[in-house]
Amino acid sequence: MDLKYTLWGKKITFPSDILAADMSILLFLLIGVGLLTYFKKWKWLWGWLTTTHHSKIGILYLTAGGAFFLRGGLDALIMRVQLALPENQFWVFQGEKYNQMMTTHGTTMIFFVAMPLLIGLMNVAVPLQIGARDLAFPYLNALSFWLFFAGGSLVNISFILGGSPTAGWTAYAPLALKEFSPGPGNDYYALGLQIAGIGTLLTAINFLVTILNKRTKGMTLTRMPLFTWSTLVTSLLILFAFPALTVALLLLSFDRLFGTSFLSADAGNALIWQHLFWIFGHPEVYILILPAFGIFSDVISTFAKKKLFGYTSMVFAIVLIGFLGFMVWVHHMFTVGLGPASNAIFAISTMSIAVPTGIKVFNWLFTLKGGVIRFNTAMLYALSFIPTFVMGGVTGVMLAAAPADYQYHDSYFVVGHFHYVIVGGTILGIFSGLYYWWPKMFGFLLDEKRGKWQFWLFAIGFHLTFFPMHIMGLMGMPRRVYTYLEDSGLGTLNMISTIGAFLMGLSVLFFIYTVYWSCRNGVRDASGDPWDGRTLEWAIPSPPPEYNFARRPFVRGVDAFWKEKMEGDGTFQPAEKLKPIHIPPSNVQPMILSGIFFMTAFGFIFDWNLVKIGGGILILGMLIWRSFTDKGGHFITAEELAEREERKGGR
Amino acid sequence: METTQTGSSPLQEMQREKAKDKVLAMWFFISAEVVIFGGLFGVYLTLKSHTGSGPSPEGLFELKETAVSTIVLLSSSFTCAMAGYFLQGKTKKKMILMLLFTLLLGMGFLGLEIKEFLTYVEKGYRITDSSFLASFYLLTGTHGSHVLAGCIWMLVLLFHLLREGLNEDTSLKIKVFSLYWHFVDVVWVFIFTVVYLFGKAG
Repeated sequence: MDLKYTLWGKKITFPSDILAADMSILLFLLIGVGLLTYFKKWKWLWGWLTTTHHSKIGILYLTAGGAFFLRGGLDALIMRVQLALPENQFWVFQGEKYNQMMTTHGTTMIFFVAMPLLIGLMNVAVPLQIGARDLAFPYLNALSFWLFFAGGSLVNISFILGGSPTAGWTAYAPLALKEFSPGPGNDYYALGLQIAGIGTLLTAINFLVTILNKRTKGMTLTRMPLFTWSTLVTSLLILFAFPALTVALLLLSFDRLFGTSFLSADAGNALIWQHLFWIFGHPEVYILILPAFGIFSDVISTFAKKKLFGYTSMVFAIVLIGFLGFMVWVHHMFTVGLGPASNAIFAISTMSIAVPTGIKVFNWLFTLKGGVIRFNTAMLYALSFIPTFVMGGVTGVMLAAAPADYQYHDSYFVVGHFHYVIVGGTILGIFSGLYYWWPKMFGFLLDEKRGKWQFWLFAIGFHLTFFPMHIMGLMGMPRRVYTYLEDSGLGTLNMISTIGAFLMGLSVLFFIYTVYWSCRNGVRDASGDPWDGRTLEWAIPSPPPEYNFARRPFVRGVDAFWKEKMEGDGTFQPAEKLKPIHIPPSNVQPMILSGIFFMTAFGFIFDWNLVKIGGGILILGMLIWRSFTDKGGHFITAEELAEREERKGGR
Repeated sequence: METTQTGSSPLQEMQREKAKDKVLAMWFFISAEVVIFGGLFGVYLTLKSHTGSGPSPEGLFELKETAVSTIVLLSSSFTCAMAGYFLQGKTKKKMILMLLFTLLLGMGFLGLEIKEFLTYVEKGYRITDSSFLASFYLLTGTHGSHVLAGCIWMLVLLFHLLREGLNEDTSLKIKVFSLYWHFVDVVWVFIFTVVYLFGKAG
């Protein structure tokens, strides 16, 4: 099936899978260009590409993260097809090709799907929840997005340019070094994650400053909605975890590109990678789950029509989980041979995380108790998360028991466990958040009927896929293998798992259809408050004007909007006079700067000195250019503001 | 949260807010950098005994020369602090002079470091020769690249100052820069102690 031809005496081969990828990319590009031209939308697109506004950047994150979700999901389906039958030979996806799929799936889903989708929701909701006009640094925000996009593209494009990374998303040394992974795949991994990581770090700083400095009057820390709280703690985790990844990737890049031997098994020390990676990697799982906790807290209290039970203990639990997240990285390394003492300490500290997590679960249940529960799609996702996550948590405690871990280690049980927490926590959280904030973002509601279909497809597919994995693991199926023998008795369970995976895939396609359908026929959100909301973001129109609040509201308590509804007419006392509002300008620089990062990475991967040095100089030049163009934007005058508020019927 | 002061224009108010934000952001950036350097120190301490066929720390370092570069860099922290002092007094010329001194000292330090590296390379001790050398070059090199970035930053700052003079915007830029510069100097104190002094003491 491979395409082979000779060009100027050179034999060129296109393997069939790459050919299929090329053709599908070409097809999508042509459709995209065609649609943009037909509907005369190029200018509209340019507006999006140069935007510095938080809610637009949030939507960009959601779009790009969604696209990577499709890629990572396709990888998953390919893997599941290959594993559906014993000794299967699906297309070309065995051996090295399977490793590529598996590595890309893991890397993409963690770095380019779960995190950006969460950051997208943060961008949309957090400034509104604290009564801010934008993030503290709008330009930096755009730059963060484009750096993430450049890094994600780099990892994804490797497939058609000579091979994807093959050493797993954890890229353990010495496997990931040139000696055992000679192709360029892991260079894409190291540089792509490095570039995206810079973006993530900058975003964390941006959110930290925004939440600490940009709150409206009366919005004390102890009155912030839980999603904002979890964003604050998550940002702190990113701030201290990502630099460890930066160092690890730096070592890996040096070893691969410049011939050093930091991580080699003999001259250096391969364990350095594992330590650094998990000092980053363990907090990373809390970076993925804490924002989801925040979403569930907001959603559950809204749809149970009750104040969140134990607000203070919820905040305390988030902070404690965040702190403990840094103390437990060695539980990924029980079988490395660090000794029983260290294993015992890290086993106990790991299990102790179950305590604050348990507090949260009970608080959610107590919030539901006696509440007026509405089973909206967002709420269904939140409710289904509770049992799912408890199951994932229980298997987590099982894995934390060091002696037992020697049995589970590197088996499919682990795969089952972390999919239960990451898909059953983060992805359910993202869907819940999408249904919840969709009207705020776009001004129309996602259809409930179709949404519920989508939810049930996903929920059933989820359990069908991942529950059997625990059993397969206990039966002895290792992770990261592309096939198994007929008489291992794993065939049926694997087939069930594959069917579940396709149900989930179907559900994701159905979600896209739901969006399309709701866009044309969905209910308009005229009031800006479709759920009878409790927090500040529901007090302004949907979608919000570019300045969010004409006059920032004065906050008098937790669930600020609800308080005004209960104790008054639902309008806020303004915290300021009507006065000119500064709107920062659109800017094309973030996109260009990230593009240069992208090109420079190729210089390093293919060892083109000109591109390396040229890229470095251009990056420096862009930063200097920025320092000369960091002013600008325009003010909306008080009169104009009053007029615009008048036209909307004013709040 | 903003404090509304009477008689200030929206632009001034915005700049005041921006100043608070940028200083805080720099502190957070520095915290992240602490972790990066912490990691690099960890790598160095793990690998410093992996000397292979290359030199050991004791055989490699010349304390006298690093003492000079230490003094040079620490003086630059002093002149940078002086620049901050004159910035508050709004004496532009003295401030610029101090910033120039800082720049010269920073470049002097860089020159000394490059000279040090070149001597080592001449002796045949390259980054690929042993894990100790690699971790040493990576740690000091990362610090050096921070100094280099600081020098370029200073040059751009001086250019801004000459063009616009001392206003709220430029003085904020200097404030943020000086936070960064002091941090880079503090890192060097640790490098000098952990790498050079402990290395020589064995």
